[in-house]
Amino acid sequence: MADPLIFERSVPGRRGYRLPPSDTPSRPPADMLPADQQRATPPQWPEVAEFDVVRHYTRLSQLNFSVDTHFYPLGSCTMKYNPKVNERVAALPGFAWIHPLQPASQVQGVLELLHGLEQLLCAITGMAAFTLQPAAGAQGELTGLKIVAAYHKRKRRTRSTILIPDSAHGTNPASAALSGFSVVQLKSGPDGLIDLKEFKSKLNRDVAALMLTNPNTLGLFEYNIKTIAALLHEQDALVYMDGANMNALLGISRPGDMGVDLLQLNLHKTFSTPHGGGGPGAGPVGVAKALEDFLPVPRVRKRGTRFAWETRSRATVGRVHGWFGNIGVLVRAYAYIRALGREGLMRASETAIINANYLKAKLQETYPVPFHQSCLHEFVASAKPLKAHGVTAGDVAKRLLDYGFYAPTVYFPLIVEEALMIEPTETESKETLDQFIEALLRIAEEAKTNPELVRRAPQRMPVDRLDEVKAAREPNLRWMKPAQSIVHSR
Amino acid sequence: MDYAPNTDDQRQEMLRAIGVSSFEELINAVPVELHQRSLHAPHGLAEAQVLELCGALAARNQSLTDLTSFLGAGQYHHLIPTVVDAIASRGEWLTPYTPYQAEAGQGTLQAIYEFQTMVCELMQMEVANASLYDGASSTAEAVILSLRATEQPRVLLSEALHPHAREVIATYLIGANAIVQEIPAVNGVTDLEALGKALRDDVACVVMQQPNVFGCLEPMAQAGELAHKVGALFVSSVYPISLGLLQPPGAYGADIAVAEGRCLGTPISYGGPGLGLFTTTSALLRKIPGRLAGCTVDHAGRRGFTLTLQTREQHIRREKATSNICTNEGLIALRATVFMSLLGPEGLKEMATLNLEKAHYAHERLRDVSWLRPAFEQSFFNEFTLQCDDAVDIEVVNRTLAKADIIGGFPLKSWYPSMPHASLWCATEVLSQDAIDRAVDALKKAV
Amino acid sequence: MHVPPELLYTKTHEWAKRDPQEIVVGITAHAQEELRDVVFVELPKVGKVVKPGEPAAVIESVKAAFDIYAPVSGTISRVNDAVAKAPQLVNQDCYSKGWLFAITPSVPEDVSRLLSPDEYTKQIQTATH
Repeated sequence: MADPLIFERSVPGRRGYRLPPSDTPSRPPADMLPADQQRATPPQWPEVAEFDVVRHYTRLSQLNFSVDTHFYPLGSCTMKYNPKVNERVAALPGFAWIHPLQPASQVQGVLELLHGLEQLLCAITGMAAFTLQPAAGAQGELTGLKIVAAYHKRKRRTRSTILIPDSAHGTNPASAALSGFSVVQLKSGPDGLIDLKEFKSKLNRDVAALMLTNPNTLGLFEYNIKTIAALLHEQDALVYMDGANMNALLGISRPGDMGVDLLQLNLHKTFSTPHGGGGPGAGPVGVAKALEDFLPVPRVRKRGTRFAWETRSRATVGRVHGWFGNIGVLVRAYAYIRALGREGLMRASETAIINANYLKAKLQETYPVPFHQSCLHEFVASAKPLKAHGVTAGDVAKRLLDYGFYAPTVYFPLIVEEALMIEPTETESKETLDQFIEALLRIAEEAKTNPELVRRAPQRMPVDRLDEVKAAREPNLRWMKPAQSIVHSR
Repeated sequence: MDYAPNTDDQRQEMLRAIGVSSFEELINAVPVELHQRSLHAPHGLAEAQVLELCGALAARNQSLTDLTSFLGAGQYHHLIPTVVDAIASRGEWLTPYTPYQAEAGQGTLQAIYEFQTMVCELMQMEVANASLYDGASSTAEAVILSLRATEQPRVLLSEALHPHAREVIATYLIGANAIVQEIPAVNGVTDLEALGKALRDDVACVVMQQPNVFGCLEPMAQAGELAHKVGALFVSSVYPISLGLLQPPGAYGADIAVAEGRCLGTPISYGGPGLGLFTTTSALLRKIPGRLAGCTVDHAGRRGFTLTLQTREQHIRREKATSNICTNEGLIALRATVFMSLLGPEGLKEMATLNLEKAHYAHERLRDVSWLRPAFEQSFFNEFTLQCDDAVDIEVVNRTLAKADIIGGFPLKSWYPSMPHASLWCATEVLSQDAIDRAVDALKKAV
Repeated sequence: MHVPPELLYTKTHEWAKRDPQEIVVGITAHAQEELRDVVFVELPKVGKVVKPGEPAAVIESVKAAFDIYAPVSGTISRVNDAVAKAPQLVNQDCYSKGWLFAITPSVPEDVSRLLSPDEYTKQIQTATH
């Protein structure tokens, strides 16, 4: 039996939280609010006891796979362990309960932390300056593209094209379109990298920027990135790097040295802040010196030993967040970077790369990896050989759940048939990786001997495969109270 | 401290299995000239050192929990039931990704479905998404949706819409073919006459805030009617707690209603993470940005939940997506779901009533201060604008109050240069009568 | 694969039926099969001016969206509301009940550029081999 909805646990008159009594003179709301501004019917929220809520949401939580409970090799998402100490730090009242309009003199600690975080991100990436405002990677991309637009506008010219490789994450073209650019796709070369010839043929005076992910979504380093950057710079076009895969590069290579002009980092990936089932994240944007003036405002500044917000800037693209960004996430990332320090950061990327190559080496005979060079922190294998038995990458993903592993990213990037994009991260032990390898090899065996078992997976989860066609054809996006007649008849 | 468990021996063993003799061989794919020589970051720290370092930084911030604060202006201090933290700190909520594999994410998906239902109920709107970043970006997404849905270029923003929301809208519209026009406020509320004049056939939407940035209640029903007359959409930005007493956007015909939902169970955290609530009508369902969880059945006919209508989204539609959003504010939405469940309809109403009463008490007491007077004669919920005598500088007064651990009203002149003597005062359920009285006494002595 | 002989076709898998006043448009059985379960159809507004090669409608499956192009220039004269309400009609009966929209043509010679049933059959055969 599936778990009831919280609404189905509701009993009229039950209460889950009591507010303190009023200590100011009580007046009827009608004295203070005009009748036509008052709510007529209350929201139909559940009426449940505190313990109902605790049991309900504890039980629901147990239906989830999570990093804390399961290996989560979801490619490009960097599902590494999220250290508990960071949660403790972010919950300190000095961070959790400060108001964004308190005068700077009352919040020197958080300003120092934000300033320090910017400095650390500059050191790690080789960029000249950062904004911490964007609330997630995609908002970072959007911020970066607004800067690209502002840069060309300031040079009084129209540049309407963004070049994007066909292996890119979907947020890249979506962010470009939201900034009024048209997208020209670059077909990847036979080695999975940007094809220089293809790139040169698409490069012209209308190109505002190239958006590339490095290492790319295949886990491969764009070997020609410096040449590519130089060619773009010759046209005064910019290089935007999607830094979602930065977990491969800590202490290994700096985007600033590659000729990158702007990039976003996903702190909820590389810098270990929890994904929360879909956020909150943080997507700071770093830029080269020439673009610093375009960064969103306000910016934190150090004056002598004091920190303050600077709100004015002539060239700024403006604001992307209602306040200063996802501070709670930024605090966690700062604590993480300080805990790891230079040795820990380098060891993180090294270990992530070794883990990925180890999985690749052990799996590629069964699940071919179309591009042969060493991968960095992730790789893309293909479940194509199983197709002969009627088993798809999606089926493999579902069967992995039965084995107690979350699934890799499937069917992405689009350029690999039956793609399984696997990113182990550095925080998984060799023992876990060996178990995962065993499970994937067994599934390949099952595909031959008992394909139906794989096609019907998962069988050990709270629900079987869901009817997604029904979900999309007849969208049911909210609970409705059943008609009165079926409620009770006794 | 690093969190990588493999020992050096294991790493060597793995390198041998890969078929390389050293780690350096694995990064041959990175050109030598791009190899980083050194990383200029401090040495790592043990957990106790991290706590000491960050604890010292936190201690240099004055927490609202130790102050009497009248600050609101878009971020309001509300009680949070203990259960919210107890639930939200569970690793099963904290550490999964967006539930792409529905069978392994039923907890998150059911919670999103419950969240969507509660948000629809709160707003009295037909559809709610799984959240956006914050109130400001939700407002910007509402504008973008309006431009697409109406295919008209003009956006009318009330001057009494939070200035940060207006700034975020402006940034989001860089590169779009849109014209932004501001509608002035008169006596603290949007000027309906000016709005009427600005409403022509080329208007995509009218955006107003309730209560507005000055704390005043706007004539939303009339404004919405005006907008609809020319076929423009009416976008309402609201304050969730106020909806315990105030008319929900659905009741006055809003086409899109957005809010900063952080106040539903998450600490202020210096303004972020927020929680963008985004709701609309069924007519606009296919144009909504962000994720949606839907109810369906599995092959055995059991109820289950899945992400749905994903063809709107960037991972499928790429440059034609309704928005570029991917990661949203999942955990903050979960916190809000737990918060709304605990409060229930009665709890919300009680919380709203406490706010209304405390703010009206504070308003009345502050009128006793000889150099302060109401800036506008308008109804308000838990926030109001006061005007000081020309001779008094509210910032100087605030510095004096700070010495007594009181944060006075927010001076509005940085947002509205034409209002150099106005300040915005807010009182929520966390302010006691005693604290208000003490603050009034301090104000009387301050000048 | 069923390719009715009385219809004309496009390279992008639309069919066009010549009626006295208008051209009725839908997608072919081949396209319908490739798409799998159609979950949503977004139709143009009546009165919209369309040109060949420009997207006029969108058909969606669970994990993909496809633009449907106008085979000829003209103005949208009617749309199939039934298919908007029940998108599965595209799967069940793509050549009849699953029609999408009708165009009042403005450039009569556009029709001559469409593929004959034979040409279309050849195209899908080469594409699948």
